[in-house]
Amino acid sequence: MDRYAYSKRFDVKRYPGFLLITMVCLLILYAPLLVVMVYSFNDSLSITKWGGFSLRWYVDVFTGLEAEKYKRAAWNSLSIALMAATVSTAMATAAAIGMVRGGQFKGKSLSFGLISIPIMVPEIVTAVAMLIFFSTIGLTLGYGSILIAHIVFCIPFAYLPIAARLQGIESSYEEAAQDLYANRWKTFRFVLMPILFPGMLSGFLLAFIISLDDFIITNFIKGAGVETLPTAIFGAVKQGIKPNIMALSTLMLLFSVLMVSLSYIIGRTDRSVDSKSNKD
Amino acid sequence: MDEINTAISIRDVKKRFGDFIAISGMSFNIRDNEFFTLLGPSGCGKTTLLRMIAGFENTSAGEIHLYGQPLENLTPNERPVNTVFQSYALFPHMNVAKNIGFGLHMLGWSKAEIQERVEQMIKTVELHEFAHRKPAQLSGGQQQRVALARAMAPKPKVLLLDEPLSALDLKLRQQMRAELKALQKTTGITFIFVTHDQEEALTMSDRIAVMSAGEVQQIGTPTEVYEQPANRFVAEFIGKTNLIEATVTEVQNDSVVCKLVTGQTINAVTAQNHSEDSSGVSPSANIIAGAQGHISLRPEQLSITEVSSSSSGLQGTLGEAMYLGTDTQFDVNLSDNVCLTVRRQNSVENSNLPEFGEVVELSVAQGAARFLAG
Ligand SMILES: Nc1ncnc2c1ncn2[C@@H]1O[C@H](COP(=O)(O)OP(=O)(O)OP(=O)(O)O)[C@@H](O)[C@H]1O
Ligand SMILES: [Mg+2]
Repeated sequence: MDRYAYSKRFDVKRYPGFLLITMVCLLILYAPLLVVMVYSFNDSLSITKWGGFSLRWYVDVFTGLEAEKYKRAAWNSLSIALMAATVSTAMATAAAIGMVRGGQFKGKSLSFGLISIPIMVPEIVTAVAMLIFFSTIGLTLGYGSILIAHIVFCIPFAYLPIAARLQGIESSYEEAAQDLYANRWKTFRFVLMPILFPGMLSGFLLAFIISLDDFIITNFIKGAGVETLPTAIFGAVKQGIKPNIMALSTLMLLFSVLMVSLSYIIGRTDRSVDSKSNKD
Repeated sequence: MDEINTAISIRDVKKRFGDFIAISGMSFNIRDNEFFTLLGPSGCGKTTLLRMIAGFENTSAGEIHLYGQPLENLTPNERPVNTVFQSYALFPHMNVAKNIGFGLHMLGWSKAEIQERVEQMIKTVELHEFAHRKPAQLSGGQQQRVALARAMAPKPKVLLLDEPLSALDLKLRQQMRAELKALQKTTGITFIFVTHDQEEALTMSDRIAVMSAGEVQQIGTPTEVYEQPANRFVAEFIGKTNLIEATVTEVQNDSVVCKLVTGQTINAVTAQNHSEDSSGVSPSANIIAGAQGHISLRPEQLSITEVSSSSSGLQGTLGEAMYLGTDTQFDVNLSDNVCLTVRRQNSVENSNLPEFGEVVELSVAQGAARFLAG
């Protein structure tokens, strides 16, 4: 009790201006999103004047003039995100096992750098480099080139949660499995993977969101005629903002929030199991 | 060397981690159906040796044979030995029954066979009510039983146990000692048991290898290592002992006459290792007059008597007495800086004690004084 009272004096909540600064930050962060969400239900064609509640722009997204275009873009986005997340998660898992369980090997820090630096490289540089690379090797730009690019830039994002979880798993589980006659594959399949699964799922969801959300790289290497949702929205906005864009954006936002919450919930239930077993 | 009776043969095994030498060369045999204990202080290389037998570490030099078969090229999953890990390493996502059946599943047993064996093992370790619980929902003692059942289910030829009792409280530890020992006897599986607890080693083992700093100091039955320690390390590590600096003045058949630093002379036997496959032990038979060393006297083999004019025994002044329930422990000062500990059982007959500060004589039980070179 005493310690609590003492620490309260240094509580960050009691700093002058704390509430004000917090409110301003939250406002700048969320007001635009809020505006988009509210105005997606606007009955009027104007994007600034409120004309009453309506779902017409949501209907428009699915049945309007541009519905066919959006449907194709959504399908491209989702299928690419699903495949890119799956493949990059598999590759990131292999990389994490090599890095975390491989002991000391020559070029270990270099490998770690190579895996994680892409996160810090400006996206525009990666985009230009990929465009140049694809045209040098003569790859036709389109669905395939987008998929390859997404797999590649998703790997470091999938890698981080997987490696973090793997570092927390004692290697004695794998040794016990091997001791009990499991070969390498069975050790992975029956022991390591189930324990690592929450990390792999976080990696997968993160990669999925990153892929779904990507605009810059995709825009460079998509080629003509193939669109993902972000590039389609960008294309539409260039011709003036119609309220149906807001409806579409709101749908994407909801989907992302859903995925992130899912990943959070999985992470939480899992941690509660961990703390129990760590007690002994 | 009898190959049939030898479960595990360690031959000139060395282990280096970089520049660090963890095992500096050891050779010995572990017999079939034996409860063999590796005893030594922390960091002496017990786990390392166990991991080399299991296959998690390779040997830097030397060979390990299992029933005559070299293990060198076998991966851990190909070796018919199982391990009870110090941390148990129970699979957290599987329930007790699944954990116990894992090895059988990997060996390709049929569902029915697995179920039967698992039930049998659950019965053996008395975990009926817990078959469907996850490891996190078990107490430390119950987890320990699951680990034991899991390792024994595939009927390994040799079971390796790395300090399996160290996480348990004293009561449970003592109970598990008896259970483990009984389990070893009924199953006939060779146990290699690692511990740094000498009491555990003495009570459970058929034979003990006392290790220190990557070397085997002595191998013998509990009685042998306690009563006939091969060197100073063993004498001090197992049980309590009094060590007094001494010089050999005369060598007889199988004993020596020594002069203690305090001036008295004493008859002592020399350390002889009786086990046939002893190793790393300096032969002590060739002790010559003038050799320096220590005399080891166990506290319970000394008794306090009144000074008699005829005797030439050890004399000293009686110091503090400490009541320990079954025993009383006395300090007897031979000189200003040599003090011996004497233990005496508390019984009705020997209740008349000399007073503090009185000069007393210490009589040494026949053959109890041992000369240890070095
Ligand atoms: N992978 C490793 N790399 C480097 N040194 C190691 C490694 N494993 C063990 N050692 C060293 O080898 C020595 C023996 O270790 P080992 O684990 O066998 O000791 P132990 O006898 O089991 O001790 P304890 O009773 O504390 O478990 C120790 O000094 C340890 O630091
Ligand atoms: Mg150890």
